[in-house]
Amino acid sequence: MIGLVLRRAGGGALVVWLVASAVFVCYFAVPHDVARLIAGKQASERTVAAVRARLELDRPVAVQYLHFMGRLARGDLGVSFVTQDSVRAVIVRDLPVTASLALGAAALWLSAGLLAGVVAATRPRSRLDRAITTVALFFYSMPPFLLGQLLLFFCFYRLYLAGVELFPPGSYVPLTESPLQWARFLALPWLTIALANGATYARLTRSAMLDAFGEDYIRTARSKGISERRVVLRHALRSSLAPIVTQFGIDLGTLLGGAIVTEVVFGLPGLGREVVQAITRQDLPVIIGVTIFGSALVVTANVAVDLCYALLDPRLRRR
Amino acid sequence: MPAPAAAGVRLLDVRDLAVSFRTPDGIVEAVRGLSFGLDPGRTLGLVGESGSGKSVATAALVGLAPGAQVTGLALYLGRDLLTLPAEELRAVRGRGVAMIFQSPMTSLHPLYPVGWQIVEMIRAHEPVPTRQARARAIELLGHVGIPRAERRVDDYPHQYSGGMLQRAMIAMAIALRPRILVADEPTTALDVSVQAQILRLLAGLQRELGMAMILITHDLGVAAETADEMLVMYAGRALEQATTPDLFARPSHPYTRALLRSRPRLDAAVARLTPVPGQPPSLIALPAGCPFRPRCAEAVERCAKTPPLVAIGGDEGHDAACWLVGEGTA
Repeated sequence: MIGLVLRRAGGGALVVWLVASAVFVCYFAVPHDVARLIAGKQASERTVAAVRARLELDRPVAVQYLHFMGRLARGDLGVSFVTQDSVRAVIVRDLPVTASLALGAAALWLSAGLLAGVVAATRPRSRLDRAITTVALFFYSMPPFLLGQLLLFFCFYRLYLAGVELFPPGSYVPLTESPLQWARFLALPWLTIALANGATYARLTRSAMLDAFGEDYIRTARSKGISERRVVLRHALRSSLAPIVTQFGIDLGTLLGGAIVTEVVFGLPGLGREVVQAITRQDLPVIIGVTIFGSALVVTANVAVDLCYALLDPRLRRR
Repeated sequence: MPAPAAAGVRLLDVRDLAVSFRTPDGIVEAVRGLSFGLDPGRTLGLVGESGSGKSVATAALVGLAPGAQVTGLALYLGRDLLTLPAEELRAVRGRGVAMIFQSPMTSLHPLYPVGWQIVEMIRAHEPVPTRQARARAIELLGHVGIPRAERRVDDYPHQYSGGMLQRAMIAMAIALRPRILVADEPTTALDVSVQAQILRLLAGLQRELGMAMILITHDLGVAAETADEMLVMYAGRALEQATTPDLFARPSHPYTRALLRSRPRLDAAVARLTPVPGQPPSLIALPAGCPFRPRCAEAVERCAKTPPLVAIGGDEGHDAACWLVGEGTA
């Protein structure tokens, strides 16, 4: 098991290194005048020269690469051109917002999606099953920016005009400051992500459960005289977890790197909105920093998924 | 039909069982007009080709044929299983009627230890602490011949061989000393040498526990060794029913005779087997008359009418559903 952890972690580190190298190639090795790109078209020759000197762009690419990787290894992601904040501080500042959004939404979509999937699978082709499948398809097909706008319009704007302040206007409040305000402000963003993702999980759970119900060991379980509830939850659902865990790991990892659309729609100061701003401002260190951080999260999530497999399935636990 | 062993209630008395399924192509009549009885300590062999309805008939008895329409009567100690409330039927499953299946490799849950699955079986019916149930699981595994059971109890199914898995399935099935064990092709997926061991184990346990057994098989050899009585099924119907020695001595239905001819024999000089010609019929919209008629070499005009299952001349408890046999021309 320890061997497995080390192997997977090593593989993950390799992927992050490759992503970082790709980012380096994209931004530092391919453009013929990186300093001009960073400084902007209007910048004077002096500014460009200053940028070039400060970022060591006049040194050979190989040296730049080694320095880039060295800083990365120490966790130094550079300094924002625009705000002069260290990129690491930016990430540390924004991550709690994105994490609040992602984890809260994940709890919602996982519970709702699993429940809907199990209910649908235990009554295949019933009205309830068809209703769940249709609703799931509806949210599955709806782009998140539209869903977010609709929720804002109906649940915030119209309610607000009607004098119901269920969801407060204003901005994000940290959990540590006021848990209630935190949850109230995040409710609609959570719902936006959870509805879209929950649909995927409902479909995934339903089909995995239906597969499981066809297995011989489910017939055995029923022949033992255990309750149907136990057959469904302990036997069928247990076998259906692997694809769900896979999807969940990938979704959560991606989301933690920034839920771009939802954050922008709801004005949440998270990593996603940060990177959008950085792109419009050509703030290269922030773009690079958040990209590498996001990829590290996705990789970590995948490693975690692999390890979960081994926990979930004894057949994969060699040694 | 063999006479009841004792006066009063039989252990299992199935009358006119019919099982059908609604499918997009029409209604599949998987079992029709099946009647048989079972007494403690006896073994009934249900013999037939794949799709003859032998598995689904027994599954339907305990409500394990999902989506099936089941009619008839299935009296278990005088109570009709087919009308029993779900919760009471659940209590019968495992405790009254236990089952083992054809493919031991897929019949145990791959993600739970073997012992856990036996413990679950025990605790579903008896309010015993886990520790106690586990001790019983170890004892049961040892009893069915799993070496070092106290260590193998925590192994997962993939760490067992096929034969060991079938032994573990048997250990689970007998955990609550069921009155009836349904063994659905219990040896089909196993090596020949292991087959004999499993059959011997089952026979021994049956003697020891006094349970009745329904042995479902397509293998006449297996049935001959194990069953006291045999019921030959074809297209969801019983074509012939007799005590095992009787059936082999005087096979009466043309289908039974064809089955016996298609069996490999060590004492025969010919190397070639005689297969039953043709295919079993579709069970959707089965035409009236004897279901075996299209494949029967002896079919006559009367076979277009369904022959009843009647006692053949002279033999006590030997029935066949064939016009020719009814006339004593067999």
